Amino acid sequence: MSALTELSLAEMKAGLAARQFSAVELTQAHLDQMAASRHLNAFIVETPELALAQAKAVDDGTRGGPLAGIPLGIKDLFATEGVQTTAASRILEGFVPRYESGVTANLLRDGAVFLGKLNMDEFAMGSSNETSAFGRVINPWKAKGSDAELVPGGSSGGSAAAVAARLVAGATGTDTGGSIRQPAAFVGIAGIKPTYGRASRWGTIAFASSLDQAGPMARTVTDCAHLLTSMCGFDPRDSTSLDLPVPDFAAGLTGNLKGKRVGIPAEYRLDGMDAEIAALWDAGIAWLKDAGAEIVPVSLPHTKYALPTYYIVAPAEASSNLARYDGVRYGLRVTPPGGNVQDMYAATRAAGFGREVKRRIMIGTYVLSAGFYDAYYTQAQKVRALIARDFEQAFERCDVLLTPTAPSPAFAFGAKADPIAMYLNDVFTVPASLAGLPAMSVPAGLSASGLPLGLQIIGRPLDEMGVLDAGLAIERAAGFTARP
Amino acid sequence: MSVTADTVRKIARLARIAVTDDEVPGLTEQLNGILGWIEQLGEVDTTGVAPMASVMPGQLRWREDVVTDGGIAEKVLANAPDAASGFFAVPKVIE
Repeated sequence: MSALTELSLAEMKAGLAARQFSAVELTQAHLDQMAASRHLNAFIVETPELALAQAKAVDDGTRGGPLAGIPLGIKDLFATEGVQTTAASRILEGFVPRYESGVTANLLRDGAVFLGKLNMDEFAMGSSNETSAFGRVINPWKAKGSDAELVPGGSSGGSAAAVAARLVAGATGTDTGGSIRQPAAFVGIAGIKPTYGRASRWGTIAFASSLDQAGPMARTVTDCAHLLTSMCGFDPRDSTSLDLPVPDFAAGLTGNLKGKRVGIPAEYRLDGMDAEIAALWDAGIAWLKDAGAEIVPVSLPHTKYALPTYYIVAPAEASSNLARYDGVRYGLRVTPPGGNVQDMYAATRAAGFGREVKRRIMIGTYVLSAGFYDAYYTQAQKVRALIARDFEQAFERCDVLLTPTAPSPAFAFGAKADPIAMYLNDVFTVPASLAGLPAMSVPAGLSASGLPLGLQIIGRPLDEMGVLDAGLAIERAAGFTARP
Repeated sequence: MSVTADTVRKIARLARIAVTDDEVPGLTEQLNGILGWIEQLGEVDTTGVAPMASVMPGQLRWREDVVTDGGIAEKVLANAPDAASGFFAVPKVIE
């Protein structure tokens, strides 16, 4: 049975269709793997009974669809009806939604089987999974000759670890500044953030609404394509949802780059860039050239301002979004003895939010406060416009961009105790988020220490197909078969 | 501009997060570190640039002004820390 967890999602689809194994067998194999991998702390809630019931319905023929019987993990940011949803925060411990998020409802419509809720950085704020209130997730990978535990990246770290360790065929992630792409790179899997507006934000716990976007994480580009088609689609309940048809991405995938122009942004070649990362990037450029693409140097002049822009815009939106956690309607309530309702708000939020979340709420509150709004927030919105314009101008000369996903491989717990050092880890992923562009990470090689490294492809708005095709070309050329 | 301990207390009050006196010095230092770093945005010439609030071009969609939901008070209250007689309950408010 354990061999079933080794299949790709596409192979599972084919095997189920050919009745080589049942959905219950496939689910049980993954549940066994999940039970044997609890040391990774990838799941906050496991739902084996629900999963088996969903799988049985597939075998009985009462559930069907393009993802019928495929075992998935769901990031704990997505509201799941009847199953605790916390965003990995104490403030939502015990919250059991009475509704299903748009994205997970789409996956259920298509027959997927949910194994449980995946751990993450609290409210998706973090790049290492160290901010979860439910304990850190352990990266299934270890450096050569070392037993030290490493971070899985973040914020979708539970999703990344679960996919890499074969606990699930694929997982949902969300990406606000790199939270799908960076953890995918850290565990040697693929992950794509679609164009802002492609996937519904309805029922996904909000962090920074102008940036938040859901997307799939899986072991191959093709598997991501299958999941992406299901997850995307118009949802009238999300005011920024795009009312556009969603292509069948897996069917359209060719990996053919003939006639395509791949842009290489000069500003991403940072001073002091890790030599291994630079070498991998060069290898990626050569691979895409071999696949028929023309390589074009491009410039994104405002790149260095993307991180500080993000760390104004995202906390500002978070301070507003997280105002709803007040101890009244759901989640934790702490009332000091004799306290009034204001004391209750302050005590609840002090006890319920972790340190990084409090820090970001306070930064957001500060930059939006009277007297500072224009200097910080308005200026950040203007620089954001310049960053988006940089991309528009680059895409006049090329079809996709190729960059590294992260400046380093997975690091040790506690290695980035300074908040700014942690923020800098998102240097390559944040610009595409600010511009709302589709972007994906594909595993491309190993560091000298034996840890996975990823390359990032960024595409034009709505050109997920072009991003996936370039991703497939990288995947084929890299021949990444290493595993934890 | 530098954030003082008093500013940190003020921000915490605006954000409705209780902070203890012990927490204030650490928070002051961290917020100064982060704000000092993001202040580099001031050097960008943004003359004539319109602020970007959303990556979505155009206007938000309109819909018919009709009731599309309701009659689910029980579901709405299901996760409340304290609910009574069909309402959310909070400590007494005396102005």
